[in-house]
Amino acid sequence: MLRQVYDIVIVGGGPAGLAAAVSAKRNGVESILVLERDKELGGILNQCIHNGFGLHTFKEELTGPEYAGRFIEQLEEEKIAYKLNTMVMDISDDKVVTAMNREDGMFEIQAKAVILAMGCRERSRGALNIPGYRPAGIYSAGTAQRLVNMEGYMPGREVVILGSGDIGLIMARRMTLEGAKVKVVAELLPYSGGLKRNIVQCLDDFGIPLKLSHTVVDIDGKERVEGITIAQVDENRRPIPGTEEHYTCDTLLLSCGLIPENEISSSLGVEMSPVTSGPLVNECLETNIEGVFACGNVLHVHDLVDFVSEEAGAAGKHAAEYVKNGAKHPSSDAKDIPITATQGARYTVPKTINPDRMDEKHIVRFRVGDVYKNCYVSVYLNDQRVIHRKRPVMAPGEMEEVVLKKEELAAFPDLTQITVKIEEA
Amino acid sequence: METRELICIGCPMGCPLKVEINNGEVSSVTGNTCKRGDDYARKEVTNPTRIVTSSVIVEGGSLAAVSVKTKQDIPKGKIFDIMKALKGVKVQAPVHIGDVIVSNVADTGVDIIATKNVL
Ligand SMILES: Cc1cc2nc3c(=O)[nH]c(=O)nc-3n(C[C@H](O)[C@H](O)[C@H](O)COP(=O)(O)OP(=O)(O)OC[C@H]3O[C@@H](n4cnc5c(N)ncnc54)[C@H](O)[C@@H]3O)c2cc1C
Ligand code: SF4
Repeated sequence: MLRQVYDIVIVGGGPAGLAAAVSAKRNGVESILVLERDKELGGILNQCIHNGFGLHTFKEELTGPEYAGRFIEQLEEEKIAYKLNTMVMDISDDKVVTAMNREDGMFEIQAKAVILAMGCRERSRGALNIPGYRPAGIYSAGTAQRLVNMEGYMPGREVVILGSGDIGLIMARRMTLEGAKVKVVAELLPYSGGLKRNIVQCLDDFGIPLKLSHTVVDIDGKERVEGITIAQVDENRRPIPGTEEHYTCDTLLLSCGLIPENEISSSLGVEMSPVTSGPLVNECLETNIEGVFACGNVLHVHDLVDFVSEEAGAAGKHAAEYVKNGAKHPSSDAKDIPITATQGARYTVPKTINPDRMDEKHIVRFRVGDVYKNCYVSVYLNDQRVIHRKRPVMAPGEMEEVVLKKEELAAFPDLTQITVKIEEA
Repeated sequence: METRELICIGCPMGCPLKVEINNGEVSSVTGNTCKRGDDYARKEVTNPTRIVTSSVIVEGGSLAAVSVKTKQDIPKGKIFDIMKALKGVKVQAPVHIGDVIVSNVADTGVDIIATKNVL
């Protein structure tokens, strides 16, 4: 089999892969290859034609394709090699990447470092927990987004949406603008999984009702969806009899969240977080396998692409340092301090931090498991509270952060444990 | 004095804003993280505007459709007029980011521009 050699191989050419590649190059590594299974670079941004990207990176508000375009330009400027229509099948622990495309067939690349940037996929229809027929007219929100925005095809005229994830909210507006009637968005949980700004500008702007604590209990139609019945649910998420409401419609969109795409990482033996379904990483964004890094939605689902680019930039830099310094990379140091998320904080990225190796400041990102009002984000070094920051509102749909300082961590005697938690007023 | 609570739609941070209005004039905006939030709040209570994004058919290119947007924000009440004006618009490839697709769309004085390269 044809075997090529590169210093860094990047799996995925979305915003994470692009930013990682550019950063690795600017940090002194010449030999970089990006592998993308789609026919173009840019990842999910190609179908996100709405605006709201890049305000923090570029100080202007761009659409998804424009934001991707900026990074694709940088990739071209840096003359970084990439292959499209190329699917990575496997990565071995000695960093042989096996990939496939039409021209080369199956081929192998020996890499010194690998950056995982495969993004995420939509949660499956498991969400639709009802017996009976599955008529035509049921789509995942992301599939509908691709059809409308990239193929110019409208999946239906009268729509009900189950799940209030961002893609569902954005598609509620998109289909309304294209002349469809979106009758209702039903959300199983008592709060929306989407961003507040999307509820304002995608639902409120158009008078589309959002029914929290509701689910779909019945679908009419054999060949094609003809109607949907939703009902309110109790605390145990069971439908409450007598609360049923019927809507005639020809389309049901399911927007039930995203999940990192980690089949390749798992078979490589990368340790996974059961909470995020993404790899566990240290503050260099390195997994338990030396020289294998992860960033973007494959690591944890992001709502803000600016953070993806920032995180990916760091992964690219650390991968470049690993390639240049080889074994001197102190990833095997004993001083990796675990970060524990409890009491409302669900997980943290990174999972460990090394005070000797870290930069002056390090941003730790996490999500909460419920809606919290007027609570505090607290950080403890062993038993001592060092951060206690008031937050008016926190919700699972929005990522939170705390900043750890090297000075403080390095000066703390016998530091063995960092804890992030939510505390009541 | 009247207060209104808004969510800034400037970016996905979605800052909660409080606007104080005195005799029809905005006297203070709080809760914003950056200057845009202030601008947004002032506009939203007087003349709300939005950026409209959509896609139009492209012929002879590598993709079937090209994404587009209004170059500046337009009055909220004009959204559907703009969508109507975009119905049936077809362009020929190649199209580049920033190319004007429809000028002065629906008499708003704002152009529709491409947001993607389709070659
Ligand atoms: C509907 C939606 C709306 C959003 N709205 C906003 C917004 O308004 N503002 C904002 O800032 N952010 C927004 N985001 C978030 C942002 O777009 C994402 O966080 C970002 O695109 C993630 O980038 P990524 O590179 O990690 O993943 P992706 O963009 O998913 O890229 C991953 C790439 O890897 C490729 N790949 C996967 N597996 C393989 C393989 N085995 N071999 C080769 N290639 C592979 C895929 O084809 C894909 O191109 C939104 C996200 C979604 C889904
Ligand atoms: S105030 Fe600034 S940071 Fe906050 S949502 Fe608006 S634009 Fe974003």
